[in-house]
Amino acid sequence: MIEIDTVSKVFTGRGAPFTALDEVSVTIRENEFFTLLGPSGCGKTTLLRVIAGFIAPTSGTLTLEGQNLVSLPPYRRPVNTVFQSYALFPHMTVAQNIAFGLEMLNKPRAEVKATVDEMLALVRMTEMAGRKTSEISGGQQQRVALARALAPRPKVLLLDEPLSALDFKLRKDMQLELKRLQSETGITFVFVTHDQEEALTMSDRIAVMNAGKIRQIGGPRDIYDHPAERFVADFIGDTNFLAVELLSVEGDQARVRLASGAEAQVRAPQDGMAPGSVTLAVRPEHASPGPVEGATLAGALENIVYFGTDTHFHVMLDDGTRFVLRQQNQPDQAQTHRTGDRVGVILSPGVGQVLRD
Amino acid sequence: MAKGFDIRRQTGFSTIAMACFVVLYLPIILLVVYSFNAGTSIAIWEGFSWRWYQTAWQNDQVQAATIRSLVIAAWAAGIATICAVLAALATTRQGSFRGYTFAFALINQPLMVPEIVTAVALLIFFAMIKVGTGYTGLFYLIIAHSAFCIPFAYMPIRARLQGMDLSLEQAAMDLYATPWQVFRRVTLPQLWPGILAGAMLAFVISLDDVVITEFVKSAGQDTLPTYMLGQLRRVVTPEVNAISTALLAISVILVIAFFFLSRTRK
Ligand SMILES: Nc1ncnc2c1ncn2[C@@H]1O[C@H](COP(=O)(O)OP(=O)(O)OP(=O)(O)O)[C@@H](O)[C@H]1O
Ligand SMILES: [Mg+2]
Repeated sequence: MIEIDTVSKVFTGRGAPFTALDEVSVTIRENEFFTLLGPSGCGKTTLLRVIAGFIAPTSGTLTLEGQNLVSLPPYRRPVNTVFQSYALFPHMTVAQNIAFGLEMLNKPRAEVKATVDEMLALVRMTEMAGRKTSEISGGQQQRVALARALAPRPKVLLLDEPLSALDFKLRKDMQLELKRLQSETGITFVFVTHDQEEALTMSDRIAVMNAGKIRQIGGPRDIYDHPAERFVADFIGDTNFLAVELLSVEGDQARVRLASGAEAQVRAPQDGMAPGSVTLAVRPEHASPGPVEGATLAGALENIVYFGTDTHFHVMLDDGTRFVLRQQNQPDQAQTHRTGDRVGVILSPGVGQVLRD
Repeated sequence: MAKGFDIRRQTGFSTIAMACFVVLYLPIILLVVYSFNAGTSIAIWEGFSWRWYQTAWQNDQVQAATIRSLVIAAWAAGIATICAVLAALATTRQGSFRGYTFAFALINQPLMVPEIVTAVALLIFFAMIKVGTGYTGLFYLIIAHSAFCIPFAYMPIRARLQGMDLSLEQAAMDLYATPWQVFRRVTLPQLWPGILAGAMLAFVISLDDVVITEFVKSAGQDTLPTYMLGQLRRVVTPEVNAISTALLAISVILVIAFFFLSRTRK
């Protein structure tokens, strides 16, 4: 639906030129909840503003349903934005804010009124229709911003960290509400966040960005279970990195030899890899502590941290790398390990991902 | 809070402050008081009366000069404000362009060039046009006043535009508003306090001008200030005080009106 093809943006200000987007290519599908995820300053907002039309790309093409967008001014693009700062019009009421886009499209008065009422109901703001935007809370402002952007029924809705200003509880509510809105309206959502948990729970697909480049695109499970490279594995969730030797690759399966000399069957990147020294990523929940005999790895138990739902074991492996294990707690569980003990690390079969650096 | 530097505790602060207030306001207070003098002197008090206000009110020349002053000030404020809005939009919304500093200097030129120089220049320039066209009406004064009022109207409007959240205009554009609609529906409604402030400032500045008016005006085109200046060369009666007090009242009312206008906006 949206085709972004080798789009670059170089800012040439007073200082040295700065590449905020570096040949970004991605296709966003119809009615998809697509998330741009990445650390601060990686270019998420810039990409969103390129799609909205506030920034002209330095090179590359951008089409929506086959129509070239680059030459269209923002007010001709069937795309609406929920701004990070909401940007509600302070001199208008809640209802007037929501009606704005429809009025600009010269919709008949009756239709404007009907749509505004519908939108107010959708975001549960009907009683506050007549209030000034300065007279409602932050969460309510956010909902108005959402309703205002949804009212003209855009083909694509761009959301720039719309939940970042909300407290935890409201944020959880709004996440559910956004998902509901997206499935009810059938609009394509392009959602920006730097909160990995938010991205994993809400998205159909995620693009992980770093330093102006898209590093990996995939569903939440793909990204979490099969990170393609070290940055992605590190940015999403907790990960242990082990230096290993890659022995052989067969399809997406690989055999590696660990520092302890033990061999393990793990996953390889889709596009194959040459044998040699590589990095293996293992999630903390994919390994468990056990007896030293027969364990894949072994080391000294440095620390045990209790988290309620689970317990973390910090192990200093024999080769000097620190390894974190996560084990889910059971009721009346006997504490079998003590700080200072020598413990084995048992990898669940088939887990672990060989990374490109 | 720790005891920092507090200017109010410096020795002599209150004395200097008092002296400043006396120098600033005592003459004005005296002017107002003597406008109610029953006698013909501006220095000897002979009791309270409205006499000089009546005299001034019934004086045809004062009437004509007042109307002329108000007409010129209204036109000049209007023209200057429109120019100032356009200039402020160009200097705050276009990003930096070639010749930005030059344009900025050009707009503020009347503040930097000595007024007498502008006056002489205008005198010569308008004289040439008068010879060419034969027109000797009020428009020379209106144009001259508009020109030197622009920077005064420009300052509060530009300040307001700079303080405005750019994302509001982008949000409007995102919601299908063309540049003109963005200006009409979003920029202008928020700009009003600045525009009003600019217009009022321009109005007061125009009302008050002597130097340029004196040079540019044709015969019989006295404004209130130039009329008063003419009167001072002859017999000085408290009538001048009465006119000045009325002018003072107008500017005070404008300032108060603006104060309340800008407050209710917040
Ligand atoms: N107008 C500009 N001129 C120069 N550099 C800019 C400009 N706008 C953004 N940048 C730079 O481009 C990079 C990407 O900015 P962007 O706003 O897209 O980051 P982001 O991923 O949205 O970050 P955040 O999560 O903090 O919002 C930043 O390093 C920023 O400093
Ligand atoms: Mg951003």
